[in-house]
Amino acid sequence: MDNLFILLLIPVLGALVLAFVQQAKAARQLALLVSLVSLGLTIPFLVQFVPDASMQFEQRFAWIPSLGIHFHIGIDGISLPLVLLTNGLIPLIILSAFNYDYKGGFYALVLFMQAGLLLVFTALDAFAFYVGWEVALIPIYFICALWGGENRIRVNIKFFIYTFFGSLLMLVAIIYLHMQVPTEDYELTSFYQLGLDASTQRWIFWAFFIAFAIKMPIFPFHTWQPDTYTEAPTAGTMLLAAIMLKMGVYGVIRWLIPIAPLGTAAYGQLALVLCVIGVVYASVIAFKQGDIKRLIAYSSIAHVGLIGAGIFAWNVQGLQGAIIQMINHGISVVGLFFVADILIRRLDTRDMAAMGGIAKPAPVLAILFLTIVMGAIGLPITNGFIGEFLLLMGIYQYGIWYAALGGLTIILGAVYLLRMYQKVMLGEVNTQTAVFTDIRGTEWVVLAVVVVLIIGIGVYPKPLLDLSEAAVTDLINKVGLIR
Amino acid sequence: MSAIITLSLLAILVLYLGLFKARNALLPVSLLGLVTTLVMYAVQWGIDANPLYSGMVLFDHFAVAFSVLCVLLTALVLLLSKDYFDKASPHVAEYYALILFSLTGAVLVVSFHNLAMLFIGIEIMSVALYILAGIRKKDFASNEAALKYFLMGAFSTGFLLFGIALLYGASGSFDLAAIKQYVVSNPHAISPLFYAGILLLIVGLAFKVGAAPFHFWTPDVYDGAPILVTVFMATVVKTAAFAGFLRLFYFCFVPLQDFWMPVLLVMTIITLFIGNITAIVQQSVKRMLAYSSISHAGYLLFAIVAIGPASGESVLFYAGAYSLSTIIAFGALILVKRATGSEHFEAFNGLAKRNPYLSLAIVIAMLSLAGIPLTAGFIGKFMMFSGVLADYQILLVVLAVINAAMGIFYYFRVIVAMYFRPIDRDQVVVSSQYKAVFLLAALITLLLGVYPAWLTGLI
Repeated sequence: MDNLFILLLIPVLGALVLAFVQQAKAARQLALLVSLVSLGLTIPFLVQFVPDASMQFEQRFAWIPSLGIHFHIGIDGISLPLVLLTNGLIPLIILSAFNYDYKGGFYALVLFMQAGLLLVFTALDAFAFYVGWEVALIPIYFICALWGGENRIRVNIKFFIYTFFGSLLMLVAIIYLHMQVPTEDYELTSFYQLGLDASTQRWIFWAFFIAFAIKMPIFPFHTWQPDTYTEAPTAGTMLLAAIMLKMGVYGVIRWLIPIAPLGTAAYGQLALVLCVIGVVYASVIAFKQGDIKRLIAYSSIAHVGLIGAGIFAWNVQGLQGAIIQMINHGISVVGLFFVADILIRRLDTRDMAAMGGIAKPAPVLAILFLTIVMGAIGLPITNGFIGEFLLLMGIYQYGIWYAALGGLTIILGAVYLLRMYQKVMLGEVNTQTAVFTDIRGTEWVVLAVVVVLIIGIGVYPKPLLDLSEAAVTDLINKVGLIR
Repeated sequence: MSAIITLSLLAILVLYLGLFKARNALLPVSLLGLVTTLVMYAVQWGIDANPLYSGMVLFDHFAVAFSVLCVLLTALVLLLSKDYFDKASPHVAEYYALILFSLTGAVLVVSFHNLAMLFIGIEIMSVALYILAGIRKKDFASNEAALKYFLMGAFSTGFLLFGIALLYGASGSFDLAAIKQYVVSNPHAISPLFYAGILLLIVGLAFKVGAAPFHFWTPDVYDGAPILVTVFMATVVKTAAFAGFLRLFYFCFVPLQDFWMPVLLVMTIITLFIGNITAIVQQSVKRMLAYSSISHAGYLLFAIVAIGPASGESVLFYAGAYSLSTIIAFGALILVKRATGSEHFEAFNGLAKRNPYLSLAIVIAMLSLAGIPLTAGFIGKFMMFSGVLADYQILLVVLAVINAAMGIFYYFRVIVAMYFRPIDRDQVVVSSQYKAVFLLAALITLLLGVYPAWLTGLI
């Protein structure tokens, strides 16, 4: 049961069936079943994975032979955590949507997107990577635009054109690289061995970087993000923040830096500075937000900025931190957005000024929410701590000032997240919040799983780190340090 | 050759069927005739081809592949017309016959081996179209379209003919092989007449394919002509004209690429920008599709700018993908217009709720036109970009990328209207022929997008 192709196929098949299910209840149960099957099928990969630097479970079929395109997929220590993240979070996201009456079409889009995401994280052929990249985009556009808020049409067309433009630039770079490959294929390994001259690598860097920076998003390519996150339905926001932005991060690690190391040497510092600016900038703006969803959206920019900085520092600690922090951020952000969704659904407002004192009528929610906030801030024994610690260590090796500025994320993050918690949960109850009912049913399940993961990874992160360590070290050795 | 004879006879037969008022036989007979033609082409496939009839035509793989595409697209258009022209005009047989005559011209254009044949093919194709554009005699817009198309078309034919004459003057032959021989054997002593001839040919052909700055007729004619005639012009005629364009240039003018390539490069860029920018501001879906067809002419020109052995395949794929989507889009427009009386984007509002499958087909068509992966349109764009990048025209590709992003804006307006602007409306009635065409076109679009390998490597 370690056939990677089948793992990618299951969500597609599920989506095809679900597209025809009209009944809301049947649709969500079937969707949950399919996502759990996907998760279950991930376990053999985890068990049989040998934690070394090699590519495993590889599969390669001819796709368009006359153009040198293959459907080539495989898993190594860098992609396995992300495959786990995707297949682990999709059931949670589907569960979190149980409170809405979505029909089969909604879940079909979610599962279709899952297939695209998995393809991105496992693709070893640039064409397959690009296809996955776009296939993940179409469903999320429809999810956000069909079930989103008032401004959804304008906001989402901006989002789509923005990301599509970036990905087209990447496509140009991919085709260009293919032209240089002597064996006329799109293989990742062929791209690695190109050794282009520095001036070519410089524009290749930008073509890839803009695509990934828009997706992550890195300052100043982030302007689509807060609006899109706010207007999207919560399940859509979770998909975007928890999994989709990792496509950009993964792209930087897997494609951008190893293919254009000289380009990264020229502009990596600039990219790192942009990331750090994003951290501070987003934190400051997050502090000023009154809208709870927008606040979390900006906090996401800040966290991703730190991850990006850790990658561009390009050392083992930074990269390890980035990988584990991608997982942590995914888990935390699902928790945060889900709590926000619970609040918004019950109180019918996103404005934090209208909330307050909810800890009194809903003590269970208060405790779970506090844990999630702690995880997002990065307190010890939560998952965020180990990630941010490694990231800052990596950035410190690159330059102490970057680390000092990037470290602000912990302090600023604590400020705005605790302020959010205080405004929402503590203080006086008003007429609305006095009758707030505590979490129940699926809400309880989702938040409990999130909290268990936060504490679990926080206490014992070693298995997760072991997965990627060999692959990360090998990648850094192959590419060499970048200064 | 038997295929061309069959087509001509078929057209005459259909005309006589009209004389005997056998209206119900028109569509089956036409389709049967087209299928017969397809079989004849299929038999010709793989046979080592030589120029026939004193070198007038050559049925190589290129010619057969494009002919088959044109015949298939015509069959789809005819399937849509049963429901359309019976209501629009009392003289249905004329319509069928003219379309078949025009198709005969189109297959000549893709298989010519002599400039005289190119000219005759283009004329057969166009003259039928001039009449078709004005087939609604009482309709003002239709008449305007016909007149405009005829005047401009006649004018551009003049350029084409003049160009051919100059080429003849320089090389002493109409035969492609002889012209090629002239170019290859006198690389440094090519007559200035020859260069002038190439430029005039570019003008004439650019008019036929609707490339800027010779595109001015396109929006008005596409807008004024009956929708199905527009579909035929935008798909079969455009495909044939591009194939002819490419055939001539690939066969004869490759050694002179340094001379004509910059001209086409500039035209390509202008075409892309004019098509896309103007399409953004349109309020009518029909006009939007007209301008989008101009922008697609720009992408198709890529294959000629980066001329090479792969160009034929790229044009075949791109034109096929574009035509299938265009047929869906215009077909849906016919239905929506019949239901609401409007061609505006608003007419599509809330369609998804009432007609989910029709809307899905339109979405596939729009995604394919926009060039999103897993549709045939993406593979087409991918091939075009690959070809141009192999030629190191990075600037052109970057400009094309900007244009592709602009394309999203207007193609997605249809999707936005259908899905995200819910209003109460009646269900649009879709007849079974329309369902068949939409299903077939959408399925092929997806199949080619997911697994294009079964259509690559043909030419």
